[in-house]
Amino acid sequence: MKDGKITHLHELESEAIYVLREVAAQFERPVILFSGGKDSIVVTHLAYKAFYPSRIPFPLLHIDTGHNFRETIQYRDALVERLGAKLIVGSVQESIDTGRVKEETGYNASRNKLQTTTLLDTIEKYKFDAAIGGARRDEEKARAKERFFSHRDEFGQWDPKNQRPELWNIFNGLKNVGEHFRIFPISNWTEMDVWQYIYRENIEMPSIYYTHERDVFYRDGQWLAAEDCMKLRPDETVERRRVRCRTIGDISCTGLTLSQADSMVDIIDEIAATRITERGGRADDKRSETAMEDRKIAGYF
Amino acid sequence: METSNKTGYLDMELLRFTTAGSVDDGKSTLIGRLLYDSKSIFEDQMEAIESASERAGNGEVNLALLTDGLRAEREQGITIDVAYRYFATPRRKFIIADTPGHIQYTRNMVTGASTADLAIILVDARNGVVEQTVRHSYIASLLDIKHIVVCINKMDLVDFSEMVYDQIRRSYKQMASRLALPDVKFIPISAKLGDNVVTPSDNMPWYIGRTLMEILETTHVEHRSESAFRFPVQYVIRPQSDNFHDFRGYAGRIAGGVVRQGDKVTVLPSGRTSVVTSIFHSDRQLDQASSPQSVSICLVDDIDISRGDILVATDQTQPAVSKDVTMTVCWFNENPLAVGGKYIIRHATRETVGIVKSIGNKIDVNTLGLETGVTYLNMNDIATVTIRTAQPLVFDDYERNRTTGSLIFVDKDTFETCGAGMITLEHKEV
Repeated sequence: MKDGKITHLHELESEAIYVLREVAAQFERPVILFSGGKDSIVVTHLAYKAFYPSRIPFPLLHIDTGHNFRETIQYRDALVERLGAKLIVGSVQESIDTGRVKEETGYNASRNKLQTTTLLDTIEKYKFDAAIGGARRDEEKARAKERFFSHRDEFGQWDPKNQRPELWNIFNGLKNVGEHFRIFPISNWTEMDVWQYIYRENIEMPSIYYTHERDVFYRDGQWLAAEDCMKLRPDETVERRRVRCRTIGDISCTGLTLSQADSMVDIIDEIAATRITERGGRADDKRSETAMEDRKIAGYF
Repeated sequence: METSNKTGYLDMELLRFTTAGSVDDGKSTLIGRLLYDSKSIFEDQMEAIESASERAGNGEVNLALLTDGLRAEREQGITIDVAYRYFATPRRKFIIADTPGHIQYTRNMVTGASTADLAIILVDARNGVVEQTVRHSYIASLLDIKHIVVCINKMDLVDFSEMVYDQIRRSYKQMASRLALPDVKFIPISAKLGDNVVTPSDNMPWYIGRTLMEILETTHVEHRSESAFRFPVQYVIRPQSDNFHDFRGYAGRIAGGVVRQGDKVTVLPSGRTSVVTSIFHSDRQLDQASSPQSVSICLVDDIDISRGDILVATDQTQPAVSKDVTMTVCWFNENPLAVGGKYIIRHATRETVGIVKSIGNKIDVNTLGLETGVTYLNMNDIATVTIRTAQPLVFDDYERNRTTGSLIFVDKDTFETCGAGMITLEHKEV
């Protein structure tokens, strides 16, 4: 706080901590959905602050598509170690191997959609009743109507037309057996708020958020990482470029930005000047105008 | 945008506002205009609405499409649910609660208004003050929104006439004299053309006031740090680790006032008193903290305090402690509220059970007329209701404190949130 003035970051932080503490108080088995992306890193940091000097009273759940950036996994393991938190990994590969889902084929094949089944299976296996995520309302149109406490029926589905009204700071997490909640503590944060907060709190980030040299190729208006799991079309060629991630999903759907930003200050400047939304780099949202809404209804993050 | 302005960004204040309007009064266009003119719309979003406008055959780019989120909304051209939008100027960051005008209107507007510092009420210049204007203004006053901005929109369709503007302003003031609205401002705008939204209008040189954006950037944001200290306990932090063996921190968000080390506090409803030894914000110890900060508070005595209890300053105004609570209720559920009905009551961090003892006057939100002898409330009804709770509640008048003055009704079978109550301390009928 500067001169006793409550700034937007103070207020957003205070709100998110309040939400996280409500989760601890209202649910029996909450879990943090940890993707290794900046939003889930911020949520985990907020959880550390909310319960200090206790440890975070929830485990972290990572849905591993098997197509993750090496740096994400390294970062995840180091963070869990430092916080003394418990990590649970739900494996999409396992869902494929056991026939729960069928792998997409073709050049644009992605395991992003398959994650939903693995996520719901893992929630059921561990009987989690609240899954805390880093989704923000400014990311996408369907998310603008999301609640902090978002009710899911026994099939894990979201009913956008019949959501519980959420008034003041009163969050209603009451539910019937088999139902669960998705919780979004940073609902009111924008991409800019997240980066400013990371800067203000000096939060360590995975190295791929900063500029680095990488083998990449260009497809449908964006740069993608030329990793083993990516199948190149005959006309596509691999180039070495200086890139960074603006948002991290699995490799198949994470667009890379050509960038020289190698510090948090550079990143904030870049975000301030940029004219494309961060999800503009996500191939999974481009599939149709209601792609996100459809996935959310089915139980996506 | 300036690229060397980072520290400026870190210092911004946050203003939450809500927008209310009826169908076709240009609310979505106004929000689209605020986002567009403040350069908060990205290229890919613009491309998406350009191609959607083309498909819909609207001719020109329809800014309203920026705010229609769900498939059914776009198909039917209506808005179903409260949607939240974000934009920032170099001076402030804004959160808009965009509430639809018709379906479940009371529920949506009350929800949007519950967290707002300011309300924009849209009036179509061709129609003037209509029923919906009365309804929106009443709800804004009921939810105690401190600042109202009446935007008289579509001025381009009345030849930018000062006379039309003055006349609407007069009739609004006359209507609003029946409501408790402390600060009302008027602006003639054209959301479609952008007049007086972000840039001053060349078409209305007779209007010498500020643009809507200037008002949004400068309106005072109230944080209740001047009111009495109120701290609903959310959670008790007990690490029981070697380093913090005896640590017992009461975690919560300050709902009003300031707390300092050494302050005497009373725990309610038990009435025990103690002294604040330390205040933690995460691993940092603070000398003092104020609303709306989330902190943990440690006390000198090891007394029994749990979730739902409220800490207050011993030497300040005390809240009411009672099982009998009277309030103005807005009902949201298809199943009516009736005398004798039992509900789960959520108040601050307390959960208890309540039974409806009586229903007083019901208000017609379109005319502000009163109906007496009411025995039940339907969806969208607003009335005075008295309940009796199983455990005593610790509360203030809603006008004094939005957190300790509000509660919700939860259906005990479906667990749906089915009503909202704004507590009145003196016996005030709606």
